[in-house]
Amino acid sequence: MVSRLQRWYLTIALIGCVPVAALANDWGMGDSNSKIPPSSVFEPVSTPAHDILTVTFFVFAITGAIFLIVAGLLTYAILRFRARSGDDNREPPQVYGSNPIEFAWTTIPVLIVLVLFLTTARTIYTVQARVRPPDALSVHVIAHQWWWEFRYPALGVVTANELHVPLSDPKAPTPTFLDLESADVAHSFWVPRLAGKTDVIPNKKNSMWIDPHVAGTYLGQCAEFCGTQHGLMLLRVIVEPRADFDKWVAAQTQPPTVDASVAHGRQVFESTACVNCHTIRGTAANGVFGPDLTHLMTRETIGAGVAMNTPDHLKVWVNDPNVMKPGALMPAMNLGDKDLNDLVAYLATLR
Amino acid sequence: MAGTIDQEIAVGAIDDTESLPVLGKLHEWVVTVDHKRLGLMYIMGGLFFFLIAGLQAMTIRLQLAFPDGNVVPPQVFNRLMTMHGTAMVFLVGMPILTGFFNYLVPLMIGARDLAFPRLNAFGFWLWFFGALLLYFSYLAGDGLYGAGSAPDVGWFAYAPLTELPFSRGNSTDYWILSIFLTSVGSTATAINIIASAFCMRCEGMTLSKMPVLVWLSVVVAFMMLVVLPPLSAAQVMLLLDRFLGAHFFDTQAGGSAILWQHFFWIFGHPEVYILVIPAFAFASEIIPVFSRKVIFGYSVMVAATCAIGIISMSVWAHHMFAVGMTPPGNSFFAAASMLVGVPTGIKIFNWLGTIWGGKLRFRLPMLFSLAFLFQFLVAGLTGIMLAVAPFDWQVTDTYFVVAHFHYVLVGAIIFMDFAAIYYWFPKATGRMLNETLGKWHFWLFLIGFHLTFDTLHFAGLRGMPRRIYTYQPGRGLETLNLIASIGALMQGLGVLFLVINVIRSLRSGDPAGNDPWDAWTLEWSTTSPPPEYNFAEAPTVRSRRPLWDLKHPEDPDWKYE
Repeated sequence: MVSRLQRWYLTIALIGCVPVAALANDWGMGDSNSKIPPSSVFEPVSTPAHDILTVTFFVFAITGAIFLIVAGLLTYAILRFRARSGDDNREPPQVYGSNPIEFAWTTIPVLIVLVLFLTTARTIYTVQARVRPPDALSVHVIAHQWWWEFRYPALGVVTANELHVPLSDPKAPTPTFLDLESADVAHSFWVPRLAGKTDVIPNKKNSMWIDPHVAGTYLGQCAEFCGTQHGLMLLRVIVEPRADFDKWVAAQTQPPTVDASVAHGRQVFESTACVNCHTIRGTAANGVFGPDLTHLMTRETIGAGVAMNTPDHLKVWVNDPNVMKPGALMPAMNLGDKDLNDLVAYLATLR
Repeated sequence: MAGTIDQEIAVGAIDDTESLPVLGKLHEWVVTVDHKRLGLMYIMGGLFFFLIAGLQAMTIRLQLAFPDGNVVPPQVFNRLMTMHGTAMVFLVGMPILTGFFNYLVPLMIGARDLAFPRLNAFGFWLWFFGALLLYFSYLAGDGLYGAGSAPDVGWFAYAPLTELPFSRGNSTDYWILSIFLTSVGSTATAINIIASAFCMRCEGMTLSKMPVLVWLSVVVAFMMLVVLPPLSAAQVMLLLDRFLGAHFFDTQAGGSAILWQHFFWIFGHPEVYILVIPAFAFASEIIPVFSRKVIFGYSVMVAATCAIGIISMSVWAHHMFAVGMTPPGNSFFAAASMLVGVPTGIKIFNWLGTIWGGKLRFRLPMLFSLAFLFQFLVAGLTGIMLAVAPFDWQVTDTYFVVAHFHYVLVGAIIFMDFAAIYYWFPKATGRMLNETLGKWHFWLFLIGFHLTFDTLHFAGLRGMPRRIYTYQPGRGLETLNLIASIGALMQGLGVLFLVINVIRSLRSGDPAGNDPWDAWTLEWSTTSPPPEYNFAEAPTVRSRRPLWDLKHPEDPDWKYE
C-alpha cells in the first residue's frame, strides 16, 4: 500500500512533471541557437541599434537617478515617520501644502523632460532621416503568415527566412535598406542587435536600414501579433564580408542542379499541390504563396526557423507541417512512403 | 469621540432588512437600484473575472515556464492571452473602479444615491451581460467548421487580423459586441458620476471641499465620455466590415490597418489613465488616514489629475512608434508622452509630502499603498523610457512593455484595489478582514509580483517579443521565464489568501464599528454597513474633512482651507 504521505509526494511529482514532460522536440534548434549570442539590445552591431543604445543609456541614467532620489526619500520617510509604541495619541501637525515646494517639483521635472525630449528628437532624426545612397543594396521584405520572403530586385535573388547582407565598414558604410511590405496581416521586423523594429503593414510601405559592422548570424523574429504561429515566425540575418556575400549571390542566381537520380522525386513535386505555392526555377513550379525552394538546401533552417534543415526534418515537415508548427498554412501532403522519400531526396539536391 | 458622531450624523440607522428566503434576497439584488448594492455587484463581478483571467494568466506562465513548452497548443494560447487581456481591462479593471465609485461617491458627498439610480442599474446589467457574452464565446464562438471558439486576435485586435479572411467564425464578433456593451454601460456610469458630483453634494460641500476621490472620479468620468465613443465607433465599423462588407480596415479592399490603431489607441491610452486614476483616488484617501495627516497639496493634486486627463488624450500614438510615422509625428508623441510624466510625478511627490512628518500606521491598506508608491514610481519611469521613441523601437511589443504595463495594471491598480478592499470592506460589511491572512496575501503577492515582472523587463531587453506561445531553447531566455512563472504561482497563492480571508471574515470577522480607521470622510460617519438611505439626516460639512472637524473641534480644518 502507498502511504498517505507517499501519495502526496507522488501527486506533487506528477504535477511537477506536467510542464517538463510536455516539452516538444526542438528539432536541433536549441544547439544552433546556443551558438549564437542572445539578441540583446545591449550588444548592437549596427548604427541604428547603436544610436538607440546611446540614447537608452542616457535615459536609463536620468530615470535611474530619479528612482534613487525618490525611492530613497520614500524609504526614509517610511522608516523615520512610522508610529512608535511610545507615541502619545496626539495627531501630528497638519500641513496642507506649500506653493514653493509644489513649484519646485513641477519645474525640475519640466526641465528634465525638455532635455530628454531634445535628445530623443535628435536620435529620431538621425535614424529615420537617413538618406538612401544611390548604390545602396535594397531588399524587399515581404511578411507572410508565418514566414519571411526576401527579394533582392537588383540582384535577381529570391529567398526566405534567412536574410544575407554584406558587412559594412564603419569608415565607408554600405548600408542595406529594407523595404517592408505585408502579404496579409500586420507583422513587425525585428533583429534587436541590428536595429529597432519596424512594423510590416498591409497597404503601407515602410522602410528601415541596417549597416552591420560585425560578421555573424543574428536572430530576430516577428514582433507584432499576426495569428496562430506568431510565436515561431523567426528569422536570421547572416552578415558576411562582401566577397562571401557576392559568392552567395552568385550561387543563388544559378539555376538549380539537375540530378537524374532524383527524377522521380522531382516528378512527385511537379505533379502534386506543391507547385501551387512554391517556386523552383527551371521547373513548372511557380507558386508564390510559399517560400521559393530553388536553393532550399543553402538555408540553415526550415519552416521560418522551427527546425534545422536536414533531410530527416524535411520529411517530417513535408509529411505534416503541423507536427513542427501547429497551425502552419501548408497542408499535410499525404504522400506514400516512397513518394515522400523520393521527394525529400529531390529537395535535398536543391543547393 | 466616535459616539458623538454616531449621534450627530448617523441617527436612526434603522434595520429594515427583513429575513427573506434565499430567492427573495436574490430578487432584491436583481431589482435593486441602490448604489451600494450595485457597487458591490460590480466589485464582486470584477473579482470573479479577476480569478478567471488570473487563472488564464497562470496557464500562460505555465506554458512559458520552459522553452518549447507544450502545455497548450498555439491556438489555445492565443485565446488565453486575448481573453486574459480583454477580461482584465473590461471585466476586471473597469467594473472594480466603477463599483468603488458607485459605492463611495454618494457616501462621500453626503447623498442618498447617485443622480440616476435606474440608469445605474441599467449600466450594471449591460456590463454584466456584456461580460458574460465574452466568455460565452467559448461555447458558441465557432460558427464555422474549423473556426476557433474564444477570441484569439489579441486584446487590441489589430486589423486586418480581425477581418473575415483571417478571423473566421464568430469569436471576434463576440469580442466586438462584448466590448461594445460594457462600454455603453461605462458611459452610463460616467454620466451618473458627473451629475451626482455636480448636483447632489450635501450642504456646505463646495466643489473645492469634495474629497479627492470624488474629484478624481469626475475626471475619470469625463475621460470615459470622451474616449469610449471612438472605441465604440471602431467596433461598429469592424462589425460593418465583417457583416456588410464595408472596407474600413479591410486592407485587401483598400482599407487602412493604421486607422484601426488610431481609433483603438485614442481610446486605449486614456483607458490606462481611466484605470489608474481610481488607484490614485484610493491612495489619496488611504495614505492620509494612515499617515494621520491631511493630504498634502489638495488643489495641486486635483489640478495635476485634470492635467493628466487632458494630456493623456494627446499621447496615443506612442503605441505606434514602430508603424512608420514621420520624424515630426514621432517627436510630437514622444514630447506629449514625456510631458504626462510631470503631473504624474507631482502626484507622487505630494503623497511623499503627505507621509512626511506623519505617524505612519502599517495596517493592510497602508502596506498595499506603500508598495503602490514604489511600484508606480518604477512604472512611471519605465513609461518615460518608452516615450523615448528610439528606445521604444527596440522594446515595443516585447516583454519589456509587458512588464511595464503590468507594473501599472498590477503594481499600481491591482495593489490599490486590494488596499481599497481592505480599507472599505469594514464599511460595506460591518466586519474587519483578518490582519494575519491579509499579511500573507500582501507578502506573497508582493514577492510574486516582483519575481514575475522585474525579470520580464530583462526578457524583453533580450529580444523576447510579447504574445509568443513558445520560445526556443538556447536564446538566453530560460532562467528569466522560469523565475517569472514561479512568481506567478506566488501571486496566485496570495490571491487565494484574499479569497479565504473574505469568506472567513464575512462569517466571523471582528465587528468593525462605524469608523474603524479613525478616518475623516463622510462615509465613516454612518453605520457599517450603511442603511439603504445612507444618512438619516443630510449631513452638513464645513471642510474637506468633516469628521476631523468633529473630532478636533479645537483645531478644525475649515480654519485653514
